[in-house]
Amino acid sequence: MIHYLARRIGQAIIVTLGVSVIAFAMQHMVPGNLARAIIGTHATASQIAAFRHSFGLDKPIWVQYWVFLRHLAVGNLGFSYRLNRSVDSILAIDIPKDILLVGLSLFLAVIIAVPVGIAQATRRNQLLDYSATAVSFTLYSMPSFWLGLILVGWLADSAHLFPPEAPQGATIGAVLSQPRALVLPVATLTLVNFALFSRYMRSSAIDALAQDYIRTARAKGLSERAVLFGHLLRNSLAPIATLVGLSIPSILTAGLVTEYVFNYPGTGLAFFNAATQDDYPVELGITVLVALATVVGNLLADIAYAALDPRVRYD
Amino acid sequence: MTDGGATVADEAPRRPQGESSLALRMARVFLENRLASIGGILIVVISLFCFAGPLFYHTNQVAGNLLNVNLPPGPGHPLGTDGVGYDVLGRLMAGGQSSLEIGVAVGVVSTMAGAAWGAISGYLGGIPDAIMMRIVDTILAIPAIFLFIYLATIVRPNVWLLIAVLSALSWLGPARLVRGEALSLRSREYAQAVAVMGGSRIRVVVRHIIPNAIGTIVVNATFQIADAILVLATLSFLGFGLPPPAPTWGGMLANGTQYLADGYWWQIYPAGILIVVTVVAFNFIGDALRDALDVRLQRR
Repeated sequence: MIHYLARRIGQAIIVTLGVSVIAFAMQHMVPGNLARAIIGTHATASQIAAFRHSFGLDKPIWVQYWVFLRHLAVGNLGFSYRLNRSVDSILAIDIPKDILLVGLSLFLAVIIAVPVGIAQATRRNQLLDYSATAVSFTLYSMPSFWLGLILVGWLADSAHLFPPEAPQGATIGAVLSQPRALVLPVATLTLVNFALFSRYMRSSAIDALAQDYIRTARAKGLSERAVLFGHLLRNSLAPIATLVGLSIPSILTAGLVTEYVFNYPGTGLAFFNAATQDDYPVELGITVLVALATVVGNLLADIAYAALDPRVRYD
Repeated sequence: MTDGGATVADEAPRRPQGESSLALRMARVFLENRLASIGGILIVVISLFCFAGPLFYHTNQVAGNLLNVNLPPGPGHPLGTDGVGYDVLGRLMAGGQSSLEIGVAVGVVSTMAGAAWGAISGYLGGIPDAIMMRIVDTILAIPAIFLFIYLATIVRPNVWLLIAVLSALSWLGPARLVRGEALSLRSREYAQAVAVMGGSRIRVVVRHIIPNAIGTIVVNATFQIADAILVLATLSFLGFGLPPPAPTWGGMLANGTQYLADGYWWQIYPAGILIVVTVVAFNFIGDALRDALDVRLQRR
């Protein structure tokens, strides 16, 4: 187990360094030069030189990368010249709201997908299986923004059940104080994630049902309930743990789109706004953060898998 | 998902492997599998609608007409007009062209590039494999949409650039899948025999590993097309796709969004439904091919 963990953590560190190289390269891909992009087209040559000097842009490229890496290591993600605030302070306000939206949707999606998947596996090729498959297939093939628009059209504009816009406010308390406004964005993201998980849950449960230990459990006279919850559930959950970890890019992408559709004040919307205003430091900071979340998510997924399935550790 | 319509194929007698060529096996899939047939027919119909439709149904999709804004479906405009007076039906056709062209191009390019990368990485093994796969992991760690949006703020997108960028970020999945196949294929006797006989490494990869992984590769290409169409729609919706007046399904939905509360359904539903139907059709084919080619792979 320790050997396995050490190898996985080593890989994660290499990938993180790779991400930092890409982020650094992206910073230098800004057309013209960064100084002009930030202080504007009317800046004089001496102003640009002064800017470049004060931010170390006149140093050799590897020195700049080293500084970038050192800042990254202490959580300094740069400074937004448009908003005149540090990127960390923007993220510190927005991340809790993302954890609320994405975490809640993820939790709900798993809570729904797991029993549905098991029910589909045990009633394979029956009406319930076909209906659930059709629903998840359609949801899976649907652009998440369109799903959000349809929900707004039906439940907000026509039925007036929920507000069409997400809760507004800087703090997580403000967001939580408007639970009705939270329903549509959470529902959209839950459906998107449900579609992602349910098809795997079904096939994972079908695989597990065919295993010898299920036959043994049935042969020794356990009730169907004990077989399903005692033996099937744990064993078919292991792939889901990996899947959730590996799906973090998809989940965050859907999160960005959902935040845009509902104007939910999270990092996804901050990223979108930064992109439309050429606020490169915020864009980069969020990109690095999202990549780190992915790396950590994959690592945790592998550890969870190893914990749930001891055979993995001896690979 | 895989069993919905695959029962027909499952009940057909299993033929011994290697009896027929890949093309024949794929042709049989389309004839025997209900979902694959539906998917194939849908794609033919959508392609005809997008590419042949404008030959019979002439509309101006470049210059808007501010006298005919937001008209409901009626004579002259079977699906109404949008917020700048473009005919919605004609725009659906024109928008589908770019979606299909870019989607198919990205599916083919990214799968070929990924397959080559994965086959080489898996065949070489050891340190080259570790390096090549860490590169894949690194790019995979950054969700593509964030990179797309960042790139779109730097350069103005056009069809070729979109194909290049979408492909550059989509080859990672196929690379991982094919590497897995290559890892097991390289230890087979026939691959080792080539090495013993003095065959080059390139020969093993090109003549033995890639042909044996072709099932995985073809199935993956189908899913890649579906994904590319979805990503493209999302980018266009967010305003980072092809700039106006280029017609795109995602762009139509972005414009229709402003009229959501006005009940202009013809600006919200037709484009969305076309996206879903196209993506479903490619997914149907991918699932059916995967069942038929007996590829033991997990999607993505």
